[in-house]
Amino acid sequence: MANLTRADVEHVAHLARLGLAEDELARLEGQLNHILDQYAVLAQLDTEGIPPTAQTIELENILREDVVRPSLPAEQILAQAPERIGEYFVVPPILGEHGN
Amino acid sequence: MSNLTDLTRLHGHEMAGGLRAGEFSARDLADAHLASIHATDGPLHAWVFVDEEACRQQADEADARLAVARREGAASVEELPDLLGLPVALKDLVVTRGQPSTAGSKILEGWLSPYDAHIAEKLRQAGAVFPGKTNMDEFAMGSSTEHSAWGPTANPWDLERVPGGSSGGSAAAVAAFHAPLGIGTDTGGSIRQPAALTGTVGLKPTYGRVSRYGIVAFASSLDQIGPFGRDVRDTAMLMATIAGRDERDSTSAPTPVPDYPKKLAHGDDEAAAVLRGVRLGLPKQYFVKGMEPGVEARVREAVAALAAAGAEIVDVDLPHTDYGLATYYIIAPAEASANLARYDGVRYGHAVREDGADYIADYLATRGTGFGAEVKRRIMLGTYALSAGYYDAYYLKAQKVRTLIKSDFDRAFERVDAIVAPTSPTVAFRFGARLADPVAMYLSDACTLPVNVAGLPGLSVPCGLSEGLPVGLQLIGRPWDELRLFQLGRAYEATTADAAWRSLEPRDMGLLSDPRTPTAVDRAAAVRAAA
Repeated sequence: MANLTRADVEHVAHLARLGLAEDELARLEGQLNHILDQYAVLAQLDTEGIPPTAQTIELENILREDVVRPSLPAEQILAQAPERIGEYFVVPPILGEHGN
Repeated sequence: MSNLTDLTRLHGHEMAGGLRAGEFSARDLADAHLASIHATDGPLHAWVFVDEEACRQQADEADARLAVARREGAASVEELPDLLGLPVALKDLVVTRGQPSTAGSKILEGWLSPYDAHIAEKLRQAGAVFPGKTNMDEFAMGSSTEHSAWGPTANPWDLERVPGGSSGGSAAAVAAFHAPLGIGTDTGGSIRQPAALTGTVGLKPTYGRVSRYGIVAFASSLDQIGPFGRDVRDTAMLMATIAGRDERDSTSAPTPVPDYPKKLAHGDDEAAAVLRGVRLGLPKQYFVKGMEPGVEARVREAVAALAAAGAEIVDVDLPHTDYGLATYYIIAPAEASANLARYDGVRYGHAVREDGADYIADYLATRGTGFGAEVKRRIMLGTYALSAGYYDAYYLKAQKVRTLIKSDFDRAFERVDAIVAPTSPTVAFRFGARLADPVAMYLSDACTLPVNVAGLPGLSVPCGLSEGLPVGLQLIGRPWDELRLFQLGRAYEATTADAAWRSLEPRDMGLLSDPRTPTAVDRAAAVRAAA
């Protein structure tokens, strides 16, 4: 049986940068444990010496010439920003009074 | 043909023929399909965005190309692309320039793409016409289209049931004659399962066959884009247009793409002839616990029909099938948790700014309010599986089991040319039936997700009805062997061409056109409340 605690759920939510309400955390604690229990079947399999598969097609070292090509106009990209100043995206302050 | 409704009932290749013969115009086709969407999409809710003006403009451009070709002569008309003037329903995660694509998520609400996806470019070059974007489970995570931020889509066979998912909008749109063709994506069954549940044809191509450039990412080692149609020939026509190498997706393969529709026999006898001497594997592990007897009966009848037409049916063993679910539900959420880290409320999309708070508070609030429950669940699972101390036990272990699942298929394909199996263990289920238990929802894809884990192509074709609802037959092939799947699917159509169920329209088409029918959103709420 998986035994993810409420504190574990809160820690993972923080790592994932998900702000979750009390009822969401409570529900997720039960659901994640139930899902993790399904994963337990894998432990029964002996995978000693079995190489991992990260991708299924045998393509490797795909290279292309390093040439300058047109990119999307900056104005089009900046126009989608929730907050901008001139040619800059506004990001939350990470230094000073509230940063760390 | 003057009745516009009748135009929507044609198959795509018939539309192509009619356009070339001058029986109707691309504008007629666009108007007919837009009228059909307008009249019936309230109760169906297959679409989350419709752009009538852009659609009609594309249709007019197609008519102009036709006119030029006609002036040049028969040879030029012959060379026109198959899809010229044909409406194609795009899943809401295919980006198109200047239009929204939300991937079914509030976090992308209001975003307009500054560019076209690779397949959107290919489809435009072929002269296809885009009515708009179709509904889907948020970020393609789900098997019912109930996890859309914009409300659920109904199944045209029974408006109290789901169309499957995550590409449920495209499947429902094609089934309900809103478009002859549709685009979906399949990470664990999201094309094949909705195809099965709506009585349409759907292909999940080999991983690497279609460029993922411009497709909102879910799980990058599993995601593939693929076509829906109402028959195999149309589906093959769409696949031939979107497949092929694109240097903007380094996982898209340089493997040559056959001219699928040209290599498919049109006559039934000729089409069925490919079955003679073909060896088809039947894996006992795919007749899973909880499979409905009616579904199993239809699939076994279909296998018998293939055998009667000359195919040799061989039992094959895929012993690691039962581990597919756990393997998939580690790998896919892990990759999703990394892919979805980009939604930070800084460069685009939904953003919440908590003025004066710790900078992390902005991210927490943006992502906490922008993502829906299923997406949060998967991000949590993936983050946990990749976190310090658990990587070896979960992610690495799953990747090793992935090797074993792939080896099962490799061994089977030494003995057989393709594998036949059910697509979904059940017919379409009622709204809400699997919402309370995520694991029950995940089991909807038990027969499809091993195919993604192994990177193989899989085709779902309709094989009759159980309790009046469609059942899908799944054909699984060797890597890059989509052509054989199309040939086998076409052969199955040919051997069952006279079956009574083939001439049936979706059972609730009448209700869809009745203005008194409640919207899909209201109906789903009522079904859930009554349960």
